[in-house]
Amino acid sequence: MKKFKSEIKITLREGILDVQGKTVENALHSMGIPEIAHVRIGRFVTTEISAETQEQAFEIIDKACRQLIANPIIEDYFIELKEI
Amino acid sequence: MKFGVITFPGSNCDHDAIFATQSCLGEDVVNLWHKDTQIPNDIDCVVIPGGFSYGDYLRCGAIARFSPIMKSVVDFANRGGLVIGICNGFQILTEAQLLPGVLLRNTNMQFICNDVWLTVENTNTPFTNLIEKNTVLRIPIAHGEGNYFADADTIKRLEDNNQVVFRYANPQGEVTDEANPNGSINNIAGIINEKGNVLGMMPHPERYSDKILGCDDGLVIFKSIVNYINSK
Repeated sequence: MKKFKSEIKITLREGILDVQGKTVENALHSMGIPEIAHVRIGRFVTTEISAETQEQAFEIIDKACRQLIANPIIEDYFIELKEI
Repeated sequence: MKFGVITFPGSNCDHDAIFATQSCLGEDVVNLWHKDTQIPNDIDCVVIPGGFSYGDYLRCGAIARFSPIMKSVVDFANRGGLVIGICNGFQILTEAQLLPGVLLRNTNMQFICNDVWLTVENTNTPFTNLIEKNTVLRIPIAHGEGNYFADADTIKRLEDNNQVVFRYANPQGEVTDEANPNGSINNIAGIINEKGNVLGMMPHPERYSDKILGCDDGLVIFKSIVNYINSK
């Protein structure tokens, strides 16, 4: 059995208003940094996975993302996987 | 009839729901624990109360959805049993996919604890059958994530099938942008599933279930449930 480390980036889908990002953007503009726009805030999750192969590890973490870690109705997720 | 009120770690409106149904209406109520794996056979209606189940970790309702009891709630709903999810309960029902859509962060980024006024868009449900048409209910809200969102096709289906049960309105019953506290699409405050036996709503009817609390506009929702079950 091999061990893998996954890094998962979860973001609100484009087109869905990110009120948290918008608030931070407004604060940045108030601070005097008007150059920054389109602030989006997401989550970052890391896990370890035991699996026989990289493909199997990917399947396991992809299922976990679809069912719990992300909500596909409003969020996109990106998985990076490497053996440790 | 008999209600079953579920308590998750972090639920904080479970006792209000028990008060509304037991003390105000004199009905039988059992308190169910999130680790229970079965809903007793004699339960007619399951109440998923408000609160912050599992500390709202990850997303509101996302962890509660995988509590042992939720599997039997899904079976209960699929068999036609009545389920009402209030506030966090509504969020849990969307995460469990018993109701479509999702509750996003309020557009003003604030936790809002206030009275709102609701139009009752569909009085032909197990939860609203005693409410007269054009009634405007005053019910409190208390949430940070109540901004109802679903894709355009889902919204169209909800509207076409009369599944939008409550909308935020002003005290005169006009559905306006100003009366929308949290940014919900089409001022949606509560929806029902296609079969009509699962209701989710952000406002808290159990908190306005007795005049001594300042208002009892919420009681009619629980009375409607009792009426529906008793006249079956």
